[in-house]
Amino acid sequence: MNVPMAPALFIDNVSLFYGEKLALDKVSFTVSRGECVILLGPNGAGKSSLFSLITRLYDTREGAIEIAGFNLKRHSTKALGRLGVVFQQSTLDMDLSVERNLLYHADLHGLGRKLANTRICEELERQAMFERRHETVRQLNGGHRRRVEIARALLHKPDVLLLDEPTVGLDMPSRKAIVDYVHQLSTTQNIAVLWATHLVDEIFATDQLIILHKGIIRYQGSVQQLLETTAMPSVASAFQHLTKGEK
Amino acid sequence: MNPLHALRALRGVVTRELLRFVHQRERFVSALVRPLVWLFIFAAGFRSTLGLSPTPPYETYILYEDYITPGLVGMIQLFNGMQSSLSMVYDREMGNMRTLLVSPLPRWFLLVAKLLAGTLVSVLQAYAFLLVAWFYDVRAPIEGYLTLLPALVLAGLMLGALGLLLSSFIEQLENFAGVMNFVIFPMFFLSTALYPLWKLQESSQLLPVLAQYNPFSQAVELIRFALYGQFNAYACAYTLASLALFLSAAVIGYNPSKGMMQKKGGKQ
Repeated sequence: MNVPMAPALFIDNVSLFYGEKLALDKVSFTVSRGECVILLGPNGAGKSSLFSLITRLYDTREGAIEIAGFNLKRHSTKALGRLGVVFQQSTLDMDLSVERNLLYHADLHGLGRKLANTRICEELERQAMFERRHETVRQLNGGHRRRVEIARALLHKPDVLLLDEPTVGLDMPSRKAIVDYVHQLSTTQNIAVLWATHLVDEIFATDQLIILHKGIIRYQGSVQQLLETTAMPSVASAFQHLTKGEK
Repeated sequence: MNPLHALRALRGVVTRELLRFVHQRERFVSALVRPLVWLFIFAAGFRSTLGLSPTPPYETYILYEDYITPGLVGMIQLFNGMQSSLSMVYDREMGNMRTLLVSPLPRWFLLVAKLLAGTLVSVLQAYAFLLVAWFYDVRAPIEGYLTLLPALVLAGLMLGALGLLLSSFIEQLENFAGVMNFVIFPMFFLSTALYPLWKLQESSQLLPVLAQYNPFSQAVELIRFALYGQFNAYACAYTLASLALFLSAAVIGYNPSKGMMQKKGGKQ
């Protein structure tokens, strides 16, 4: 049961230090259901650090994070149960089959075997991976592994889907397929999507945008507003302008 | 925590661990060959040089192979515990660990599930070794193989918890060699696995004291007595206390707010 009217993801004044080094400085934003928010930032901007906080790999010491209305610190299990994650680095077990990887995830989320099997069929069919469910992950190429990871992240029907640079290392057709699919997801399944990337060509005109640089949010708003505010002809040049030439 | 959810998660973790064990046949073979080399070669060589007087649980003179067998069972569990630790560090480096850590269950439960899964594997390995030893004529009373089970579970849990604790400190796979040198070898050689305490007392005053306080010694004694249908209350209590200590420290180590990971800003 979700907390009524709460945003799917609420980040409030979150800061993170690695020793003396400031990685995130008072970061605040929300992501609503049905919305696709692109977290754009050059390498080292703090995107992965923010994801580590949202997934509670690190504890939030300053600020607060709520997922579907549940405070991540106080109600971590409820909050994490509403989160689907695709990490930058593959987290699939290479020696297990696609199906076995998904069953493992279903077990960790407490899904019964019957429901899990139904959802696995649904998600793999959507990703055109059903026929390959018995193959080990090692046998799949990078694009197909990513599809399996997205299917896995959606298995428990999360409110929020986090994707941390999911297209890194993929060829153009695979990248396009994933970008299109995830953008569709936010509207067709009413999921809040937070997509971290440093590639401006993954942004749709309808997306909300957060530009993060050196742990500070430099811009928040729509693509259109960004172009108007910065008076730049493209997102790429606006991004370059805001991050002072650093890509 | 919903009990049904917890059971399903436990099933998932145990199944994954068993599948990995089945897929890694060389791991099973090496887990079996290591103690068998000690039994077939080391024990045979030392049989004539080490005279063992009857001490509990043995009621008469025994062959060195009989003495060393419970120690080798403990060795299997010690190595399995460290293997689990190694696989935790590997999973953390490869990123697989994140699947587990971001699941909607308390950290302590996830660690206990990992621990139970690892213990199950070590118990299977121990019985496989005892079966081979049986054919080598190293035999305990039949009922001993049954009374051994709870002792193996407790010893496996304790040594697995030690492995979990170590894995929370080890940042990189390369650092694991240090565990071999500074944990496994001292724990094994400074224990009653290969020689009884009174033998150590003949040659040193300090070593038997250290061996007595070594949790691995107590785990071996628990196994030794259980294999002969007897219960060593002191060894059991010591092993239980060690388990509680190691597991609590491991839970703290993996706690995102208090653990080593947060302090290091390391990856999980």
